[in-house]
Amino acid sequence: MLNRTADNVARATPEPLAKKIRGISDKGLAWLFISPTILLLLAINIFPLIWAIYLSFTNYRANRPNEVVKNLGFANYQRILGDQDIWIAMQTTAHFVFWTILLQTLIGFTLAWLIDRKFRGHAFWTTLILVPMMLSPAVVGNFWRFLYEPQIGLFSYVISFVSGIPPTSIQMLSNVSLAPWSIIIVDTWMWTPYVMLICLAGLRSIPEYIYEAAEVDRASNWRQFWSITLPMALPFIMLAVLFRGIENFKMFDMVNLLTGGGPGSTTEVASITLKRQAFESWRTGYSSAFAIILFVAVFGLANIYVKALNKVKQR
Amino acid sequence: MSLTTAHSVVAPSANSKRIAGAIIIAYALISIVPLLWIFATSFKTPPDSIAYPPKIVFQPSIEGYCNLFTTRTRQTPEYINSLGPATGFCDETVRKRNMVIAGPSNFLPRFVNSLIIAFGSTFCAVFLGTLSAYGFSRFKVPLADDLLFFILSTRFMPPIAVAIPIYLMYRELGLSDTALGMILLYTAVNVSLAVWLLKGFIDEIPREYEEAAMIDGYTRLQAFWRTVLPQATTGIAATAIFCLIFAWNEYAFAALLTSGTAQTAPPFIPTIIGEGGQDWPAVAAGTTIFLVPILVFTILLRKQLLRGITFGAVRK
Repeated sequence: MLNRTADNVARATPEPLAKKIRGISDKGLAWLFISPTILLLLAINIFPLIWAIYLSFTNYRANRPNEVVKNLGFANYQRILGDQDIWIAMQTTAHFVFWTILLQTLIGFTLAWLIDRKFRGHAFWTTLILVPMMLSPAVVGNFWRFLYEPQIGLFSYVISFVSGIPPTSIQMLSNVSLAPWSIIIVDTWMWTPYVMLICLAGLRSIPEYIYEAAEVDRASNWRQFWSITLPMALPFIMLAVLFRGIENFKMFDMVNLLTGGGPGSTTEVASITLKRQAFESWRTGYSSAFAIILFVAVFGLANIYVKALNKVKQR
Repeated sequence: MSLTTAHSVVAPSANSKRIAGAIIIAYALISIVPLLWIFATSFKTPPDSIAYPPKIVFQPSIEGYCNLFTTRTRQTPEYINSLGPATGFCDETVRKRNMVIAGPSNFLPRFVNSLIIAFGSTFCAVFLGTLSAYGFSRFKVPLADDLLFFILSTRFMPPIAVAIPIYLMYRELGLSDTALGMILLYTAVNVSLAVWLLKGFIDEIPREYEEAAMIDGYTRLQAFWRTVLPQATTGIAATAIFCLIFAWNEYAFAALLTSGTAQTAPPFIPTIIGEGGQDWPAVAAGTTIFLVPILVFTILLRKQLLRGITFGAVRK
């Protein structure tokens, strides 16, 4: 109603007066409002990115700024694809991403499915469960190092108490086969609530009448779960999986503080390798090339993620 | 039309509710134990904190907090006896361990850095984000979808990959290890979230309000200021808290781009060491102080959390 009135008034107003009323033209105002953000992102994100692309073709080293910079062409990229350490780091990353996503999706969905029963006090307990995901991954990684300490650490103590394994032999962070699992446990503890929250939104988006219709058709609970609940919540589950996938693919802070990539390089995920190459070995050109490769991979995933976001938005 | 929930055939039975509740409560309690343990550790003495088996019952002490805020030096008992009476509880506790307080530690300045950088970048990101979100929400912007994707994609860049050229750029511009440099960087990371979240909130405000205001003689800018902004207060507040939490928690950039004067708390806390390894009660005390604001924010935000973590796509 009001809209139509506004249109009528706008049409009745002579053009110069209309301009005066609006002050600046809408188009001008739109650009005035949007351009600062775009400029900031160009300066802080895109310009450095272009610089990194340039560096990736050179042998530049940030700790020797006065040395002559040589153009290497694609040599850095070729060396990365042939570098054994890089492939091991990618495998470590894949192992970490696969297990964290699997565990978080299974536990997160189960929790959401239970919370959806709306038992008494569910809102309070849900908020409590959400706390870990709001914390700083670095600070979390650091204090889990304390919980993982052999003997004196609470985690090690509880495990040895329950399993009967002598407490001195539970060395979560220094044992080569346990260390990859120690980072998976912390990540799962921290991010399961995230998956849970999105799954919960998915479950709540399913209209009740579908279940009522299924009940009328005497579909079993099992059948209802597989034919209604899971397929209808799937776009939301995918959203959570994609986002966690992207985040864990570039995981740095929690792992850096928990294990620092060690023991040896057993927990050296891609970002840790990148940090070691760029800020410890100072192979700036080489690490820029690796950064560009990682960025392209993340960008591809982000593209799929945004499509999934828009799909969920239509619901 | 549809059945009411009380008589619904699909409402979960009382029994299944009880079982679901028990499992959820058990999970919540177990998942909160690490946090309670850190809180408890912050009130232990150093020997209690590394006792075997771990002590659940202990004599509370604020030694961890004393150690967090001070630096101490070891002295001979004769020297300590020659000093005057201890001033304050911390002084007394420290002297029992044959030490004297040498001065304040770096924790307070680092904490203040965290506050300045988090609030500074949040203000900038929300300011820019509100303007852009309004622009995208109300006007026909050419290539709007591409621009919005570009804005969001910057948030997905791996921080270490961005840090390499930023490190070089800041070195050239003299922005390394400065609060201004960190504020600019965090603003750039947060503005993408701010634009997406606020666009969702502003989309929900009916255009009729502004149109009515403009009929009353307001310019577009005045209408934005007088009608849209007051309506968007909740959304702006929620967005600000999300930006604040990100900047407060951020570690990768802070660890690589700051080393001293502009260092924030997350890279500092892990470096708190006592004699022979990490001083766990002091680390726990620092962690507790650092985490409390986040706990408060989580409770304030609980209704908006879903929106925040999905960039405004899922609204409930």
